[in-house]
Amino acid sequence: MQHPLNTRRHNARHSNARHLLTAILCWAALSAAHADGGRMLPRDMPAAYTAECAACHTAYPPAMLPARSWQRIMTGLDQHYGTDASLDAATVKQLGNWLQAHAGTYKRVAEEPPQDRITRSAWFERKHRQVEPAVWKLASVKSAANCAACHTGADQGRYDDDDLKFPAGLDARYRRAWND
Amino acid sequence: MTPTRSRFSAPALLLAALCLTTVHTAHAADTTPAAQLQHWSAQAGSPGNAARGQHFFNTKHGGEWSCASCHGTPPTAQGQHANTGKPIAPLAPAFNPKAFTDSAKVNKWFKRNCNDVLSRECSAAEKADVLAYLNSLK
Repeated sequence: MQHPLNTRRHNARHSNARHLLTAILCWAALSAAHADGGRMLPRDMPAAYTAECAACHTAYPPAMLPARSWQRIMTGLDQHYGTDASLDAATVKQLGNWLQAHAGTYKRVAEEPPQDRITRSAWFERKHRQVEPAVWKLASVKSAANCAACHTGADQGRYDDDDLKFPAGLDARYRRAWND
Repeated sequence: MTPTRSRFSAPALLLAALCLTTVHTAHAADTTPAAQLQHWSAQAGSPGNAARGQHFFNTKHGGEWSCASCHGTPPTAQGQHANTGKPIAPLAPAFNPKAFTDSAKVNKWFKRNCNDVLSRECSAAEKADVLAYLNSLK
């Protein structure tokens, strides 16, 4: 017969293992949710990120690009994808540090996409593979960078499939991709 | 008439003052569209001209875009970023109370956007003309 103390110790070990398993499962779920759902904008987002970056485009979640990509972007703001997005040095430093701190580390994001474009990332292309070229060209979409044309929660960092809408002017035959 | 005692307590006033300070920091309303017109006209040495400004605003200057490419023409309604499609608040002050009320913001956007449209900074005279045009839109 097993000694009661041993049983307790056994239970404690068992419980520890369970906690570890739960932690791993939670972590896995969170990592998976990272690209698919939940709020992707960190709570400590600087006001300057909204004022400076989101004036022209979606406030892209830092986790959608790896640190090296953000670093290149923040050192070339005067020639930023065809426009001058230059900022004062203090703001560049503040936003650069914040982007580095929250940059993507999940394996799908760790890879630096061509031209440091989120929309050229393998995960992005896979996620949007059923969206026809004509859809991207709609006046209401204009560019793959215009997340909010379909992702209604993009400005709040929500990219859940639940928050999707059809972009204005979408032909019925293209709607299949939204039900995927 | 005897002076009446303030209906507001000191802490409430302090709080209100703090809130105002915060708002002031967030949107440094340190200028007005009229003051901007005056400022750039003074820098240029001649008053801004609305007709010249309108022409400047709607013309491409050797590049891909004009001011109107993103701000629309006339810029009295919401514009749209030519690349990303992001909505842009109306530029004409009569249609957007925040337009040209923060001099740092005005300078920043003139620098960026003139670079995008003209591949150089705009002159004081050009800025005065554009201000005259925008302020004339009602």
